Amino acid sequence: MSLENRIAEIIVSRLNVKPEEVTDTASLKDDLGADSLDMVDLMMDLEDTFNLKISDEEGNTLQTVGSVVSFLKTKGIEA
Amino acid sequence: MNLNATAVVTGAARGIGLEIARKLISVGWTVAALDMLEDDLKRSATELGYNYRPYTVNITDSEQLAEVSKAVGNDLPPVKGIVNNAGITRDTLMMRMSEDQWNMVIDVNLTGAWRVTQAFMRSLIRAREGSIVSISSVVGLVGAAGQTNYAASKAGLIGMSKSLMRELAGRGVTVNVVAPGFIETEMTEKLPEEVRSDYLSRIPAARLGLPVEIAEAVAFLMSSSAKYITGIVLPVDGGLTT
Repeated sequence: MSLENRIAEIIVSRLNVKPEEVTDTASLKDDLGADSLDMVDLMMDLEDTFNLKISDEEGNTLQTVGSVVSFLKTKGIEA
Repeated sequence: MNLNATAVVTGAARGIGLEIARKLISVGWTVAALDMLEDDLKRSATELGYNYRPYTVNITDSEQLAEVSKAVGNDLPPVKGIVNNAGITRDTLMMRMSEDQWNMVIDVNLTGAWRVTQAFMRSLIRAREGSIVSISSVVGLVGAAGQTNYAASKAGLIGMSKSLMRELAGRGVTVNVVAPGFIETEMTEKLPEEVRSDYLSRIPAARLGLPVEIAEAVAFLMSSSAKYITGIVLPVDGGLTT
């Protein structure tokens, strides 16, 4: 499964949204309805799934689905 | 009756914690019984049967807690209840209290509750339902000579719970505090006779409370009847603090 698909799957299950809503430019907060607790939960899920640490500062930069994908790529995660 | 839900209860091997476990099992919870006292845990497990699941753990050790959290997640129904009950005392007048005596009590009673709650809370958030109950004390409300450490830890639980309530209320997770008064336990048996009779003279109900009376209050706050009750401190004290 591609990195994009794995991330989309996590977002769909955590934020309880439809797969077609999870587009590259979708804002996690504004479009997908994540509140601060959802964001923390999501970050912790990404940390567990991809075995990395995401600082609060890094977490704050993750506003869209696409930004999550590119952030994980900069951390050297491909799939 | 089976709720298919697990309640994590700390200090569940004996005393008030054991009564809470017994009561919760009777209304359908599976109880993950956390305690350091392995022998007491074993004895209680024999007594209460399959729905009392013992875990020997020191709640001042985050790594041990992470392991227990993982084991509970794998082995038991989803965690939807947390009861922070474990507590210790190191009583002495403040002038004679060592920093160790202060730190030890805070580390178990307050930071321990924080660690346990943090280790298990994700399950409640995910389920979008659940209850967290911390066992404070009337001493946290009115203070007691010789218990600056204990009273601070028990008052701290109230501030922690009210803040956590604000974080979790939107998720259907309630966070409450039960503040027992003077209850018949091993902890209160150790008190000097004059302290006991002084307390007794101040209790309108004119008797000590029973551990099961605390357990009843906890079970109510964790029941579906109490879903809209959150952030409260419920004294169960025979009128002592009123």
